[in-house]
Amino acid sequence: MQNFTPYSAFLGGSLIGLSAALLMYFNGRIAGISGMIAGAFDFKNSENRWRAFFLSGLIATAIIFNVFAPHEPASYSRSTLLLIISGILVGFGTRMGNGCTSGHAVCGMARLSVRSIVATLIFMGVAILTVFITRHLIGISS
Amino acid sequence: MTKNISALLCGILFGLGLTISQMNNPDKVLAFLDIFGDWDASLAFVMGGALITLATLQHFIFKRERPIFETQFHLPTKNNLIDKRLILGAIIFGFGWGLIGFCPGAVLAAFGDGKIEPFIFTLALGAGMMLFGWFDKAK
Repeated sequence: MQNFTPYSAFLGGSLIGLSAALLMYFNGRIAGISGMIAGAFDFKNSENRWRAFFLSGLIATAIIFNVFAPHEPASYSRSTLLLIISGILVGFGTRMGNGCTSGHAVCGMARLSVRSIVATLIFMGVAILTVFITRHLIGISS
Repeated sequence: MTKNISALLCGILFGLGLTISQMNNPDKVLAFLDIFGDWDASLAFVMGGALITLATLQHFIFKRERPIFETQFHLPTKNNLIDKRLILGAIIFGFGWGLIGFCPGAVLAAFGDGKIEPFIFTLALGAGMMLFGWFDKAK
């Protein structure tokens, strides 16, 4: 566990929790990113514009943060084909299952939604199994 | 407009959280999922911090009758519904997540890295969402 960073992880996680709490407090909305991405392109209904604002804030912050505190980008050692396949699966699966890490694993679990707890256990389990198979059985790079 | 400003501020906090916790680095996420390898438990602390903070604050928020800028809380109603869609969707998402280590929030927070991969992944993510839209309509 040489890269273990519990303090920054806990602080970052708390900010994510604070963000989700404030979004519920002010807007009465769940901070589920996959749902926001899917709904952000609905320009016709001005009621839906908050999603694009939330996502813009998220992206802008990450860009500005990296300007002032540059960090080592990820290695991206896996192929572009795998990157595309992964993206399609994540997009398809999160729409089908109505949520991702933020909507189910954070917001849903904090409300003790049975649906979200089941979804989280399944996608975590499958992801762990996928990493085990690709890294240790097949041996795809890192 | 006030609703959009509050959403923007929440997005800023969310992006800050993802960046500080380094969840926008798929290497870090894969190292958490790799429990049989050189395990990095950091993601569990991210989840812990988020859940403790949100659950505590929500306790007070839900004592209100309505949010500040809306007439009602928009909450899912079918919290106990475990159907084929939920299970299959979670399996497909988990498989995709384990291949690269990006989830929808994390990849957007990786846009500042100056790498092409987060953009390619996001385009594929959008395509996957549209694909599900068609698949769902066709049924």
